[in-house]
Amino acid sequence: MAFLKKSTIWIAYLLALLVLPQFFNSILAISIYNQMAIAIVFALSYNMLLGQGGMLSFGHAVYFGLGGFLAVHTLIMIEFETVYFSIIFIPLVGGVIGLLAAIFIGSFSTHKAGTVFAMISLGIGELIAASSLIFVSFFGGEAGVSGDRTFGPPLFGVEFLQDVEIYYLAAGWVFIATVFMYLFTQTPAGRMANAVRDNPERAEFIGYSARRVRFISFCAAGFFAGIAGGLFALNYEFITEENLNAATSGRVLLMAYIGGLGYFIGPIVGAVILTLMNSLLSNYSELWMLYLGILFLLTVMFLPRGFAGFIMMHQVAWIRGKLHTLFIPYLLTGIPALILILSCVALLEMSHIEEEVLHYLGLELNPATLLTWVITIVIASASLFAIRLTLPRLRAAWEAANAIPDSEDG
Amino acid sequence: MAILSLKDVRKNFGKTEIIRGVNLDIERGEKHAIIGPNGAGKSTLFHLISGLYGVTHGTIQFKEHLIQNRTPYEISRLGLARSFQVTNIFPRMNVFENVRCALFWPHGYRYSFWHLLGRQTELNERTLQVLEQIGLQDKMHFPAGELAYAQQRALELGIAIASGAEVIMLDEPVAGMSHSEAENAVQLIRGITEGKTLIMVEHDMSIVFDVADRISVLVYGEIIACDKPENIRANPQVQEAYLGEVAVNA
Ligand SMILES: Nc1ncnc2c1ncn2[C@@H]1O[C@H](COP(=O)(O)OP(=O)(O)OP(=O)(O)O)[C@@H](O)[C@H]1O
Ligand SMILES: [Mg+2]
Repeated sequence: MAFLKKSTIWIAYLLALLVLPQFFNSILAISIYNQMAIAIVFALSYNMLLGQGGMLSFGHAVYFGLGGFLAVHTLIMIEFETVYFSIIFIPLVGGVIGLLAAIFIGSFSTHKAGTVFAMISLGIGELIAASSLIFVSFFGGEAGVSGDRTFGPPLFGVEFLQDVEIYYLAAGWVFIATVFMYLFTQTPAGRMANAVRDNPERAEFIGYSARRVRFISFCAAGFFAGIAGGLFALNYEFITEENLNAATSGRVLLMAYIGGLGYFIGPIVGAVILTLMNSLLSNYSELWMLYLGILFLLTVMFLPRGFAGFIMMHQVAWIRGKLHTLFIPYLLTGIPALILILSCVALLEMSHIEEEVLHYLGLELNPATLLTWVITIVIASASLFAIRLTLPRLRAAWEAANAIPDSEDG
Repeated sequence: MAILSLKDVRKNFGKTEIIRGVNLDIERGEKHAIIGPNGAGKSTLFHLISGLYGVTHGTIQFKEHLIQNRTPYEISRLGLARSFQVTNIFPRMNVFENVRCALFWPHGYRYSFWHLLGRQTELNERTLQVLEQIGLQDKMHFPAGELAYAQQRALELGIAIASGAEVIMLDEPVAGMSHSEAENAVQLIRGITEGKTLIMVEHDMSIVFDVADRISVLVYGEIIACDKPENIRANPQVQEAYLGEVAVNA
């Protein structure tokens, strides 16, 4: 029964990956899917450290980037026929490099968790990013290195000229990587990672060296980050210092956190949300980084368990068959909340814009006139008021839906 | 030969000597209680034996190994399990996982990342058995951190006994439990340590006299008496140092 349920989820996941390009198949859509695929593997690998192992890393992009660089160099070697194999194995090259780097760095950084670990990861990140600008022959300086994925032997006639072909290749790797990262959580080493996260001292009294347990998770995380780096190399055919620096490390932290550290699917959710924001929002607004920051803040403050946690909060109501009672209250609070967000965005955009009018949601707003500002602020205040008015009802409905019925007590 | 043997063990914190030359031999299969006033150093002695602290001086021999400078995990692997006076569990993991983790090493899984836990029938059955023994089987899906205090104490005990170690050390296992809970716990401890070596710190004298074959009295870091319960009860030195409490509790 449980097995059936689990395999259904996995089959659904695989199908979703496979049919995605059938719905939206523009060049933009495919490129977003590819970014998502890379981000999912990267974010899941990050959560092996933070969510499952309690290791806050500010330098996880190192393993992603090193994997990616070696992958591009391998593409170049394939091009010059130094080596001969299909490019479908390129992500594995990235993975092995990520693993080797993690074995080396983890051998001293996993001694302690907490602040010490975080600081070492930050230091290593800076160090590698700096040396990438020094060792130009390998890292290619600021321009990075580039290769060409089409020189490898074709696979059943596929030469990987098109992005959609890369998408299917990436989807395959994403699926395999997800399965293995999930299976890792179901092994003694994976479980002990949780135990060491919770209470490293006690773990030592049941026979485990906390350091060794961390080291194993760290290596696994490096391996899968390297796979993500290899996918990146295949997709973009070039890689630069930017892909292993602190900004990239920060982004993967955001993905995992916003998605929800406490749930296996959390980082997947976070990777999807952030990739969408990154690629769609950035087309519409120069302020998207600001919105990302605000989203992160709001998540930390109001959804400490991330979006996945928010979804899982409804499990009890779902089991009790009361989920529908929440629908109207959610709508009543959700609509003013949406209006509030939109009007705040309008205010931000108006303060930022340099043109005469702001084209916003089909409206033409004129930031030069006071009236526009007054109206927007009034709308924002009114929706805030509406939220406060409807919130008690939502809260009551929530409590009713989650209340323990009289018949069962426990 | 004694299974555990302490020779002139001393421990300083800074300049203060907390353990001042403890000599103690514990025989295989013995039920040994350590009693003494608050701050006498009972927990510190446990920490020294189990490897949390290194000794300042002296040797600790466990079976044929000298363990005074070994890490807690090395000592644990040799077959010595312990519980803590202050509850020390894995709060975010559920109760089942808490107990199962304590079984990994004794069952030989080491750092395996190739065994899927769902398939380890023997391991999982043994986990359920322990949960039943500590009376937490219906709480097994709860995060350990959300249990009531007495249940956390039961879990603390469960983690210590799960491994089936030869020597089990329990630091005030029933402190803070209600009378009936304590009675259950004592029954459990008795059953579980059948044929094993038990070292227990306990303030409740009725339990101590009930369970122990031998009692050591630790006062200010020194063992002032180590004898059978009836002799301890009659020992004038012990009465002087400790009897007030004995009389109240017994
Ligand atoms: N890490 C430490 N650093 C400094 N002093 C310590 C440390 N641990 C314990 N002590 C001191 O050592 C003495 C013995 O403490 P310990 O906890 O071993 O006593 P105990 O016999 O277990 O007492 P209780 O019955 O209250 O549990 C106390 O005076 C305590 O303050
Ligand atoms: Mg104590």
